[in-house]
Amino acid sequence: MARFKNHILVCGGTGCRASESEAIAVNLKRSIDENNLENDVQVVRTGCFGFCEKGPVVKMVPDNTFYVHVTPDDAEDLVLEHLIKGRKVERLLYVDPETKEHVSDSKHMDFYKKQIRIALRNCGFINPENIDEYIARDGYSALGTILDEMTPEEAIKVVKDSGLRGRGGGGFPTGLKWEITLKSESEQKYVVCNADEGDPGAFMDRSILEGDPHSVLEAMAICGYCIGADAGLIYIRAEYPLAIKRLKIAIEQARDYGLFGKDIFGSGFNFDVEIRYGAGAFVCGEETALIHSMEGLRGEPTVKPPFPSVSGYKGKPTNVNNVETFANIPAIFLKGADWFRKIGTEKSPGTKVFALAGKVNNVGLIEVPMGTTLREVIFDIGGGIKGGKKFKAVQTGGPSGGCLTVNHLDLPIDYDSLIASGSMMGSGGMIVMDEDDCMVSMAKFYLDFTVEESCGKCSPCRIGNKRLYELLEKITLGKGDEGDLTRLRNLANVIKDTALCGLGQTSPNPVLSTMDNFPEEYEAHVKESKCPAGQCRALMQYVIHPKLCTGCTLCARVCPVDAISGDKKMPHFIDTSICIKCGACMDKCKFGAISIQ
Amino acid sequence: MNLVKLTIDNKPVVVENGTTLLEAAKSIGIKIPSLCYMKMDDMNFENKPGGCRVCVVEVEGRRNLAPACKTECTEGMVVNTHTVRVVNARRTVVELILSDHPAECLTCAKSGECELQDLAQNLGIREIHYTGEQSHYKGDLSPAIIREMDKCIMCRRCETACNEVQTVGVLSAVNRGFESVVAPAFEMDLDHSVCTYCGQCVAVCPTGALTERDYTWKVIEALVDPTKTVVVQTAPAVRAALGESFGMEPGTLVTGKMVSALRKLGFDYVFDTDFAADLTIMEEGTELLDRLNRHLNGDQEVKLPILTSCCPGWVKFFEHQFPEMMDVPSTSKSPQQMFGSIAKSYFAKKMNKKREDLVVVSVMPCLAKKYECTREEFSVNGDPDVNVSISTRELAQLIRNANLDFAVLPDDDFDQPLGESTGASVIFGTTGGVIEAAVRTAYELHTGKHLEKVDFTELRGMEGSRKATVDFDGLKLNIGIAHGLGNARKLLEEVKSGKSEFHAIEIMACPGGCIGGGGQPYHHGNVDILKKRQRAIYEEDKGKPIRKSHENPFIQQLYKEFLGKPMSDLSHELLHTHYFDRKKKAEIE
Repeated sequence: MARFKNHILVCGGTGCRASESEAIAVNLKRSIDENNLENDVQVVRTGCFGFCEKGPVVKMVPDNTFYVHVTPDDAEDLVLEHLIKGRKVERLLYVDPETKEHVSDSKHMDFYKKQIRIALRNCGFINPENIDEYIARDGYSALGTILDEMTPEEAIKVVKDSGLRGRGGGGFPTGLKWEITLKSESEQKYVVCNADEGDPGAFMDRSILEGDPHSVLEAMAICGYCIGADAGLIYIRAEYPLAIKRLKIAIEQARDYGLFGKDIFGSGFNFDVEIRYGAGAFVCGEETALIHSMEGLRGEPTVKPPFPSVSGYKGKPTNVNNVETFANIPAIFLKGADWFRKIGTEKSPGTKVFALAGKVNNVGLIEVPMGTTLREVIFDIGGGIKGGKKFKAVQTGGPSGGCLTVNHLDLPIDYDSLIASGSMMGSGGMIVMDEDDCMVSMAKFYLDFTVEESCGKCSPCRIGNKRLYELLEKITLGKGDEGDLTRLRNLANVIKDTALCGLGQTSPNPVLSTMDNFPEEYEAHVKESKCPAGQCRALMQYVIHPKLCTGCTLCARVCPVDAISGDKKMPHFIDTSICIKCGACMDKCKFGAISIQ
Repeated sequence: MNLVKLTIDNKPVVVENGTTLLEAAKSIGIKIPSLCYMKMDDMNFENKPGGCRVCVVEVEGRRNLAPACKTECTEGMVVNTHTVRVVNARRTVVELILSDHPAECLTCAKSGECELQDLAQNLGIREIHYTGEQSHYKGDLSPAIIREMDKCIMCRRCETACNEVQTVGVLSAVNRGFESVVAPAFEMDLDHSVCTYCGQCVAVCPTGALTERDYTWKVIEALVDPTKTVVVQTAPAVRAALGESFGMEPGTLVTGKMVSALRKLGFDYVFDTDFAADLTIMEEGTELLDRLNRHLNGDQEVKLPILTSCCPGWVKFFEHQFPEMMDVPSTSKSPQQMFGSIAKSYFAKKMNKKREDLVVVSVMPCLAKKYECTREEFSVNGDPDVNVSISTRELAQLIRNANLDFAVLPDDDFDQPLGESTGASVIFGTTGGVIEAAVRTAYELHTGKHLEKVDFTELRGMEGSRKATVDFDGLKLNIGIAHGLGNARKLLEEVKSGKSEFHAIEIMACPGGCIGGGGQPYHHGNVDILKKRQRAIYEEDKGKPIRKSHENPFIQQLYKEFLGKPMSDLSHELLHTHYFDRKKKAEIE
């Protein structure tokens, strides 16, 4: 195998690829060849670095220079300046927002400082399409050791001791799940990897599969050995083409290396996996719905019990874990349960990956120890709120999580604390909102999603969520009354109490948490017909200040519906019964005479 | 047997492990309201998707409310079925369902029989606090079944009936969320699907979403038309169920009152489908013996077992699902169609009427019969042998419309010659009956001996699929019986694979046979009603002076005067039919 002096790591995650990172890699390679460096320098397309805000990202190894916002045109400079002349390309270095100084090594960036990467340990380091790179970082050695030295019971004990809990959202102890499946007697059992990541804006699982597919495959084989299954199924949504491609390559490579198939490591243990595609239904992330979808049935949940670990795919005991849960497994075996337990909190050991999004400066994928506070995540790692605006709320747990406020900023994040404060961990979506966001609209936005994604099986979810949405719409249109607030709360509570599956039981969370945390905003909508955040169009009015208006007529000319009248050089007037609130007048006014009330 | 002890509403209860909260509560007199749940033992029907959430109860230590129909009892469980939390949740859920349901109760075909209406009434819902958009779906008007899916509450009972019991696979949930509804694939019309019109979906639908196509008005039009002679035939299962529509105990035989009512309604001749059932036995029994004898004589071409063909749902089922086996079932028409055929030939001639001036109405426990009489092969120059088929429920409606107090009507007798029947024909109405009737006749025809004991109890019962061996004087005849198309499919698969040892198989599409037909008064999941109807049928048989079809004097007269002998050329022309390959093929444009 060729040995290279330098490696250039180019982010090959979906986000950076969308910003032409593939062209960067191609140009880098061309420049390397032109300068006869092909024997010394290798270009590696890695998985996601996480710092998507600054993408595309290119990292030089061994000196760990971290270049941000790189374009394909920068490739030549990186080769000529950085590699040949040994000078850092300053214009592509990260600038610390506080000190305004260049920071070249990612470990000194606030974004990375507080992160501990277990699930994402290989993302951004290795070429996910090359099994050797995974093996070079101790890949498959956990599987080898387990098959060689441990009984399934012993291996399950390690997982139980680690305290790992399901990262898909439920937080069920993983080791216990494995143990139950082991104890369910059956000739045939299955390991299922839930890669049906459906939360809008979340891409934790996708990034792991794109950046480090082997860690998931290895974990599935370990799980198979532990529970007595020789077949694995990965349920992945079809709209993740890159993850699917890399998974397929990884599966082929693992088979070629004898890591999948018959008699792995001469242990007598057989294991192989198959990929199953989901059509993009959010509810298919629920494990029973997922199993029905894989069976070719309508993707809708069934009442548990029976749990899949007793009766799952084709009625056989089936262990379903999410991608991130699996990605933790090899590391736990390599470094030990005690090591894992020391990270995070007592009841939620380890780390959690979040997709940080919304009105925050550093949007991206982060992995932090459980117990990290929301403040650390949003202000230290996330770099605070965009445009210097005021933090208002953060939605955790995806569309059915709750909105937490400034009062929760010092809340250490773990499964239990989030639930106690009216939200949830979910799969790890985290959307930050600022003072311009209306919380009623926000609740409506999430309900719109759950209404769309409900499978329709149970009446509280099928009809109740629709009615919740309609009530919210009524309120944002300024047509609500106080009785609607009572109805809204009762309905939300009943849906939570009676819905069949996790989707329906949590879908009212955005409503309840915003009603609890921002009661004044709901009241302003129904009592005063006002939207304090100025976001609800129906409640806004554009007005012209007569004192500031010069009568230049520009606003009247741009108004698409002729709602503005007035004589030249005289103050103008907006007829609100005609105005469609498009905002064109306000944009055009040079005198700041038009405002929203 | 493992027992678990629990407390429901402060009452201790001990139940078998695996019992649901709903069942446990019922056993101590606590009736938890439910809606989507329906379970019929012996019928292989169990619908408990846990979807409506009406039966929710509070279980101590549990975070959310538990659906009683799906939650199994565990040791020490403490359950409350009517706390404020539960009652509020239940009412809210029912209000939600009502908020997406057309409030057309006054004119709905299901009014008075609607389980949603009953539920709302029992809970005392007087106001719906959550209103909003209602879902709308296109209507579907097939010859037998009307789908009005705006009234669908997604209980999924029809889906269970269609897929699990009948294995027809037409109905399933489509779309998502608020738009979800039960429909054939791509929301096609039933008419274009492989629906058999067995009507079991209608029989279990709690609301007015699925109902029969109502033809009562066509009957009234015929009755008031002075140029028409209107003849009615009534199927055996009708008389064992019609009384229920007038508040009588299930299993009350109302043959005489029914005849009386039909006469008062203005029918010119009140005849009996039972007569045609006796005729069916003559033809089908002869066909069985013919095939059997050829088989015994070493004819390799002959198809055995012979399958009965009197059930139109079953006929359509095998035309769609097993078209390669169309030469296996008997070619005998169903009694309804044999009757029509004879009425419009033999009887019309006898009465000196043109067939066009005769209107044949059938009263059937069945919805598939509505479709059957529209099949082209059952008409002559566009004039159908049977003009209109109405269900037991529709007859009840006609009787009510005519202001007849059914309970006090005197008993009356059928007209002749097409009204005379034997005990053998009466039992056509229940599973096992057709084959028992056939055996009674075939035995005597085959052995030439007198059959002393006519009750073949080994052929009776409610198990979905049964088998028995009947001794034909040394010849052991293996007989199979299936009711419910799912059970039929299993027997058919066996026949297809050549593993079947049966000589004859009776198949009825509906669980229980015609007594459980899709056109019968609604049973609301109570299997006892079907069992009582079955008992009534056997009682009627027992009371008949003649219990073998071939001994029916009017049948004998019919052959003597008109048909000649069973399977004669004229019999073939009038009483036998052929089948069509209806397998759905992928259409390539």
